[in-house]
Amino acid sequence: MVKEIERAGIPVVHMCTVVPISLTVGANRIVPTIAIPHPLGDPKLDPKEEKALRRKLVERALEALQTEVEDQTVFEMK
Amino acid sequence: MGKIKVVHYINQFFAGIGGEEKADHKPEVREEVLGPGLALKAGFKDEAEIVATIICGDSYFGENIDEAKKEILEMVKKYDPDLFIAGPAFNAGRYGVACGTIADAVQNELGIPSLTAMYEENPGADMFKKSLYIISTKDSAAGMRDAVKKIVPLALKLAKGEEIGTPDEEGYLPRGIRKNYFTDKRGSERAVEMLIKKLKGEEYVTEFPMPDFDRVPPNPAVKDITKATIAIVTSGGAVPKGNPDHIESSSAQKYGKYDIEGINDLTPENGETAHGGYDPVYANEDLDRVIPVDVLRDLEREGKIGKLHRYYYSTVGNGTAVANAKKFGEAIGKDLKEAGVDAVILTST
Repeated sequence: MVKEIERAGIPVVHMCTVVPISLTVGANRIVPTIAIPHPLGDPKLDPKEEKALRRKLVERALEALQTEVEDQTVFEMK
Repeated sequence: MGKIKVVHYINQFFAGIGGEEKADHKPEVREEVLGPGLALKAGFKDEAEIVATIICGDSYFGENIDEAKKEILEMVKKYDPDLFIAGPAFNAGRYGVACGTIADAVQNELGIPSLTAMYEENPGADMFKKSLYIISTKDSAAGMRDAVKKIVPLALKLAKGEEIGTPDEEGYLPRGIRKNYFTDKRGSERAVEMLIKKLKGEEYVTEFPMPDFDRVPPNPAVKDITKATIAIVTSGGAVPKGNPDHIESSSAQKYGKYDIEGINDLTPENGETAHGGYDPVYANEDLDRVIPVDVLRDLEREGKIGKLHRYYYSTVGNGTAVANAKKFGEAIGKDLKEAGVDAVILTST
């Protein structure tokens, strides 16, 4: 899906936990996430902290979308 | 030569420990034969013996690849086996990646012959078919007997250091290895024969299949994110409460398009997951953990992004055929393009 949407001419950032799979399916901009059943959250945190964590991940994804890349690039959390 | 010593790797499901709720099971070694190991044992007869079974949860492996690999390598080392077998993983994605990763590490870091088995569309197959012997299986555990029938002879050959035949003969996925051999017909003659068959519409086998690299070059970056319309797409099975389109929990045949106008936060009342390939507890509690609607609404309100697109698109990426995923992706991409969406956040579980 990542590839076909990219092919349609829209930049895609893939947010996923198992980065090797993302690389194999051909995503160009990749942001690693927390865990398979909750990529954008962590039930161990209290709701406020959890949302702050999610926001950081989404902000990283937005940075990825604003970054020119020539090849598959993994945008680790800073 | 005594019996060939085998260490076998399986996931929590095939070990009978549990399903998705146990997918975070940490690596464990048992000196017994479990699950598919029983069929392998029967196939090996007196030639080989499974001395230990290593079990690891698929999510644990996927989320802690480096640590899990290290722990499991230590376990394997202890038994100093002649052969390592992982799987078969069929079309279970995380399991296939785990089998490939660990078999590759055992082979290359410990120097022990290794093999695994899975369906050709398993992401683990693409990742490791060049470096490993991967027996080609059906897409579900219904293909266990067939898989074992192919694993056993190849495994024994590998352990004994015997010559390995072609992918067709042995049943493994082509590794892209070329081997020289003598033939009584020269190239020009074979090429003409092939061409004649092709012209007649008959079946012929190429001697050099072209590799299938399907890469899409990245699109230019978003120039001004504060004016951009961003859409959410997911393979994590996010759906409105009640799954109105009945998206299948595995091998999805369709995707859904869902209106989120006026929704600022996802809750157990308005959203859930239809995905059958991971523990749904966390997503059902708070679907923002799969599709970050709450945060994107905040960013929209603060002017950090132009707009969150009115619809999100979702399917279940669990054993979904690549051809279907491609079809969904094409349709979604076209729809988003027509709607003037500037960028996509695609989340996967």
